[in-house]
Amino acid sequence: MNDQPGVVVDSLRHSYGSKLALDDVGFTIPRGTFCALLGPNGAGKSTLFSLLTRLFVPESGTINIAGRDLATEPRSALARMGVVFQQPTLDLDLTVRQNMLYFAALHGISKRDSALRMEDALGQLGMAERASEKVRALNGGHRRRMEIARALLHKPDVLLLDEPTVGLDAETRRHITHHVHELTKTTGLTVLWATHLVDEVLPDDQLVVLHQGAVLAGGKCHILTGKRTLADTFASLTKEDAT
Amino acid sequence: MRAALIALWAIVQRETLRFVSQRGRLLAALVRPLVWLVVFAAGFRAALGLSITPPYQTYITYEIYIVPGLCGMVQLFNGMQSSLSLVYDREMGSMRLLLTSPLPRWWLLFCKLLAGTAISLVQVYAFLLVAFFMGIQFPLAGYLLALPALLVSGLMLGALGLLLSSAIKQLENFAGVMNFVIFPMFFLSTALYPLWKMADASTLLRDICAVNPFTQAVELIRFALYAEPNWIALSWTVLALIMFLGGSIWGYDPSKSMIARKSG
Repeated sequence: MNDQPGVVVDSLRHSYGSKLALDDVGFTIPRGTFCALLGPNGAGKSTLFSLLTRLFVPESGTINIAGRDLATEPRSALARMGVVFQQPTLDLDLTVRQNMLYFAALHGISKRDSALRMEDALGQLGMAERASEKVRALNGGHRRRMEIARALLHKPDVLLLDEPTVGLDAETRRHITHHVHELTKTTGLTVLWATHLVDEVLPDDQLVVLHQGAVLAGGKCHILTGKRTLADTFASLTKEDAT
Repeated sequence: MRAALIALWAIVQRETLRFVSQRGRLLAALVRPLVWLVVFAAGFRAALGLSITPPYQTYITYEIYIVPGLCGMVQLFNGMQSSLSLVYDREMGSMRLLLTSPLPRWWLLFCKLLAGTAISLVQVYAFLLVAFFMGIQFPLAGYLLALPALLVSGLMLGALGLLLSSAIKQLENFAGVMNFVIFPMFFLSTALYPLWKMADASTLLRDICAVNPFTQAVELIRFALYAEPNWIALSWTVLALIMFLGGSIWGYDPSKSMIARKSG
């Protein structure tokens, strides 16, 4: 792990035809920080994730992942990144183990190495005993845990999660949110967690508020909110911007 | 290099696992050409007289004539099925896993292509085995030399599927591929009738057939099944493979991708 910031996004701009999706988006996430990307539906979070994961290339601006420029060193940057997309990316007809091994192989990790890592990653999320089950047989919470375990298999410096708790029950949401927060403290992992649910954000988390394709506010959550709740702060920010 | 080979093996293994778990797929891949062989060929046998043209040394029955074309058809459908599954994977999100791998994207696409082609080889040889027991037999050397020919033709048709998948945004648009790609490619080729027969009907149609990459792939397979090389067909098929693969790598390039431009 290097000393560079986990994620640096600078002056990012992207549009779909004539529709501007992101305009002058910029923020920095220090290493080992949990950063919540808060924004209502349609704010541009998923577009930002597509740019961060190089599914799309921005019209202008730069993205730096753990010291690697995504435009000039894409392979090196992608190797340092774990991703959990909003849409599940699992092969339902394969077992948990087969899905994990497939992912590891896409990162060039041999079967022997990935078997050890898989045990560890699944164990941390309480999924070790389900390794032989077909993904189709898992419930939504277990599938999500498996995707998080998989995203950590190659020991990334940065973990990106796009609304990972959507559709999950309160207890599973709490467990997953807590586990990822812990990872930033215990492993120095940098996390970018996109959400529109304010209860997933802790006072010490960094916050980036995205609305209508632009960053409305950024900084430590408790500093931004002051004495107000995050829900009130978020509502007033997005309301002010709309008027 | 090691990482690239690990990924190649994993992608081939995954496609094979999926193929094995979809039992209906092998059955469909076999039934389709067999229906053509048994029903269509029986009806056309009387109507279509075939003169002796290379690689044939003697008069042949229509069933023997269409077998190479049906091998090509198996690969054409397999290529389109792979393309369909790529579009499905993209809609369902699992394609993202592949595209966010740190390995070069062109290599990952090539691995996908190779995995799909390997499946098509299994299908073609299963079909040839059934045809063998139906009395449609080729020299032993032909069965062996058909392998590299089928590899090239399978790669070319798979690359066409890959190219189409890079341009097709929604699964629903795939019906158009059937109408505008598969049927014209198959019928405007030498799969069902030789070029000279087509020329009797129209020289324009004959010319279209001649430049159709599927024609070249079928002729490559036809000659290979008689252990004869067809360098012209090989050259055209390889050229088409390069063009289709180049186009699909361009189509999947995030900075040029047609999908990225259309999304939103």
